[in-house]
Parts: sequence; structure tokens; C-alpha cells
Amino acid sequence: MVVFEKPKSLTDIPMHYCPGCTHGIIHRLVAEAIDTLGIEGKTIGIAPVGCSVMAYDYFACDMIEAAHGRAPAIATGVKRSLPENIVFTYQGDGDLASIGLCETVSTAARGENITIIFVNNAIYGMTGGQMAPTSLIGQVTQTSPYGRDPKTAGYPIQICELLATLEAPAYLERVTVNNVKNIRNAKKAIEKAFRYQLEGKGFSLIEVLSSCPTNWGMTPQKALEWIDEKMIPQYPLGVFRDKEA
Amino acid sequence: MAKLTFKEELCKGCGLCVTACPKDILALSKTRLNSKGHAPVEQTDPEKCIGCAFCAMMCPDCVITVER
Repeated sequence: MVVFEKPKSLTDIPMHYCPGCTHGIIHRLVAEAIDTLGIEGKTIGIAPVGCSVMAYDYFACDMIEAAHGRAPAIATGVKRSLPENIVFTYQGDGDLASIGLCETVSTAARGENITIIFVNNAIYGMTGGQMAPTSLIGQVTQTSPYGRDPKTAGYPIQICELLATLEAPAYLERVTVNNVKNIRNAKKAIEKAFRYQLEGKGFSLIEVLSSCPTNWGMTPQKALEWIDEKMIPQYPLGVFRDKEA
Repeated sequence: MAKLTFKEELCKGCGLCVTACPKDILALSKTRLNSKGHAPVEQTDPEKCIGCAFCAMMCPDCVITVER
């Protein structure tokens, strides 16, 4: 009996991500949620700009590629014109928390019935490791060689906490994928977000703390430990909004 | 007994599965490379595998299929 195999909602195209990058795990969890809920025929995904720009090749559902940061706006249009379909966006922190912050906040404030998968690795990956709005205080990046200094670069933006001040969102949770237990929790959260959309509950966003071994300058194993040691203290895991609970 | 199958060509040799294995029976190959130049993962002692699928869950590239 097969107890684990690649979900059907992922294509056979090999992923371009760096060795040990957890984007692959998060892709798989989204695909598993689509498989479990049996919504593969009516799901439409919106791909971002960033490392996951080619997500449209990897998900075996209809996909649209958005301009940088505009995925929630496109998702709004798709969902409003095709309300029976399930619409999700898959975005990184440079896409969602920087250039697309306006779309993110406005879409959440309107309570659009879409699901956002927000992958936070505290750095700009594709462009070569520059400081992101989510980079940690003191974090060394290409554009903060002496560490992020809040005097000039400000403080990290905590998206879940920020959106939790709004009235409309139905479900906001922060998870991570740095070990098997956390992967199981992340899977549950992503499934629940899609289920809420199916039930018409409204806006949901799952923030997934992810690793970037290449730009953090660490081995894949060390990068997963770094999530526990450095990222979780700044970005605590948990549910920030659950309208059902 | 549990059986693991590896899609070796997809393996990037990151070793996340090696650390996840509770029985410590996975290792990156010291003798082979796949066509992309990565040392693929191998099972050192298949008899000891309990089929927990932790390796497959940690794998970012869906390299491992687990049967029990």
C-alpha cells in the first residue's frame, strides 16, 4: 500500500528551487489540500513574482501569472467573475509584504473570499538576497551588510498581526515547515483555509515561515534550525483570526 | 516491510530527508551523481525502514515514494 507519493495536483516538471529550499514542501502541501478536498478541476491559482514565479508550471490547475505584488487584485477579479471556483494566490514576502502590501491589505479589508499562501523567508531570494520588509533586526543581507539597523531600515512587518487588526478576514494563521510536526500543522492550516473558501466564509491567509539556505548562507539543515532560533521569536506561530472558532 | 522508491533524477542532495530519518538509514551517495551533478540519497539499511514517511514529508522535491 502506498503511504506517501507525489500529490496529483503537482505536475511532473522538476522544480527549479535551490537544494533544501522549502518552497517545494509548501507547493506539495497546497497540492495535497487541493487533492484532499477534490477541487482540482475548479481551482485557479495566481503566481507571484519572486522565486516562486514559475509556480504556474508546478501546479496542475489553471494558473495566472500576476505583475509584481498584484496577485490579490487579480484573484479578486477572478473570484468575483467565477464565484464557484476556488482561487488562491501563492506569494513570497517581497511580493506580498513590500510591493504588494497595498493589494494585500485592501483585499483583506474587503474580505474577498480567496485564500493567500504567504511564504515568508525574510529575504529577497530571486534577486540575490537583498533585505526585505520582513528581514529580522540585525540580519545580514546583500543590502544590509552590517545587519538590519532599525534606525535606517525600520522594523520587520508582521503580516498576520497587521491583518488581524482588520474586521473582515475569516482566517489568519502562521505556520512553518521546518520539521515533520510543523509540516503536519501547516497542512491542516492550508486545508482549513481552502475549506473556509468553499464554505464562503471569506478571506483567509496562511503565512508559512520558509527557509532560504542559499541567501542566508547556511546548509539546508542549519537554515531549518535558524527558523526555530531566530524567526519564530520574531514571527510567533499560531492562529490570529478564526471566525469559526 | 516498508519499501522506499527514489526518483533519483529529481534529488538535489539537500539531505533534509537524511536528518529527518528516525532510524538513521539514509545517506547521500558517496559514489554516484545524477545527471544534474547532485549526490542522490540512498538507503543504507532497507531492512530497518519502518515506513514512517518522515523523509518523504521533508523532501522538497517529492523524490521519495513510501509503500508499506
